[in-house]
Amino acid sequence: METSDHLYRREAGRMVATLTRIFGVHNIALAEDVVHDAFCRALEVWKFRGIPENPSAWLMASAKNRALDVMRRERTALRYAPELGRLLESEWTLRPTLDEAFEPHAIKDDQLRMMFSCCNPRLTENAQIALILQLLCGFSVREVAAAYLIGYAAAEKRIGRAKKVLAASEGLFEIAGAADFTARLAAVQRALYLLFNEGYHGSSSESPVRTDLCREAMRLASLLLAHPLAATPATRALYALMCFNAARLTGRVDALGDLIPLADQDRSLWDRRLIDEGERYINLAATGAEVSEYHIEAALAAMHTCAPSAAETNWAEIVELYDALLRLRSSPVVELNRAIAIAQIDGPERGLAELRAISDSEKLASYPFYAAALGDFELRCGRGEYAREHFQSALSLARNPMERRFLERRLAACSAAAEAG
Amino acid sequence: MSEFLYLYRGGESRAERTPAEAEATMKLWVSWLTDLGQKGHIKDPGQPLEVTGKVVSGKAKTITDGPYAEAKDLVGGYTIVEAKDLEQAAQLSGGCPILQIGGAVEIRPVIKM
Repeated sequence: METSDHLYRREAGRMVATLTRIFGVHNIALAEDVVHDAFCRALEVWKFRGIPENPSAWLMASAKNRALDVMRRERTALRYAPELGRLLESEWTLRPTLDEAFEPHAIKDDQLRMMFSCCNPRLTENAQIALILQLLCGFSVREVAAAYLIGYAAAEKRIGRAKKVLAASEGLFEIAGAADFTARLAAVQRALYLLFNEGYHGSSSESPVRTDLCREAMRLASLLLAHPLAATPATRALYALMCFNAARLTGRVDALGDLIPLADQDRSLWDRRLIDEGERYINLAATGAEVSEYHIEAALAAMHTCAPSAAETNWAEIVELYDALLRLRSSPVVELNRAIAIAQIDGPERGLAELRAISDSEKLASYPFYAAALGDFELRCGRGEYAREHFQSALSLARNPMERRFLERRLAACSAAAEAG
Repeated sequence: MSEFLYLYRGGESRAERTPAEAEATMKLWVSWLTDLGQKGHIKDPGQPLEVTGKVVSGKAKTITDGPYAEAKDLVGGYTIVEAKDLEQAAQLSGGCPILQIGGAVEIRPVIKM
């Protein structure tokens, strides 16, 4: 995956999580300020002295020193984390307490606790993800706005409100022994799933932060995998799903940045290493009684990554998996995909019948790929005029230039077919 | 070879930049100074300076907060370079990233016996 990786993305989340634990959730803005300040000061020094061998360690040390400064200066002015309480009040215990808070294992735990804290049930899924992006992934408000194709003010408002909810909570989420751990873990998985999807085929696929979203979702998912309580079969299945889909990112667009249909993709461009990683995790996920939707979606993605071509794909198995997915969660988009798989086996007329049988099809009215699927099947049935109409309406629904160009090419194919016929 | 002091003045305020921009700027500085070093022009890469400080003045040794310069004149750091003459020292400063963001490099020859 190509990325616009930079240091702050990698490091800010760790530092913010740890400082939030020390300062307390009500002082989250202070934690963010201290991190920003520590980061910019470190960079000033590196300008002159060069980038150190271990920038991570340097930044963490710099954050710790800034935290010490703040706490010495404002020991009485601000109340800090109740869970650390008196240890932060005395000079004798302040330093050792901070040293311990900055141990690598503690930093990892804090990131995980922050992730669970962001998925507060009082927040909408969109707000949870915006908060995760800012607090754990070092996204600026501008970058969050770009990722979700919303205005700066709207993003700022969404994040601001979410932070208020977080700041009003008792403290960072306690992972061990929390009564609502299972429900919260499900919310975290869902948020990471949506974060990945937004990057993978979100409405903002032209945005440069697209692959960053996928990468961040995978990084955070691997934090879940590293924790004994959070590494459930569903978490592993979710990670496998991300690996399979991320593997296909490289072959999905052409040199001009246009979407290539699955059938036409050069499968040798798919990332073999990620496919192997996905297979490893889907095997690890095959324990326990529960088959989550992530298990099924991972299995679906694996059907594509293991097939040598679209024609040699096991479409019958794919239809069965879609049926299983629909039993867990009814969704018109899943029904749409199922209809497409059925058409691969039984032909376009059958595909059209399946599309028309979708129960909640009015929910797809604004989804360009429903009209596009109708167009595809009509075209394959040799009815270019009908196909053209469907592609026209799909085009009017396109959400970004990439989708627009894709649908324009499909329209052009209708004309070519008409001339040939 | 003679020695020259580069004083970096002005440029954007540190608080105004996003971390990603700050990182990009930092990398430009590193590559510029590394390049000068490889060509044998760096005596001391120098240090960045805090934007605040104190000024002590007069026989009364009055201490005030300072240096009170306008942001565009504030010295943000220094480097000591070696060059053949002032012209070369000035020419070598042309690659300094601060020039891209509205800042200036002041070049002062060090007096040698």
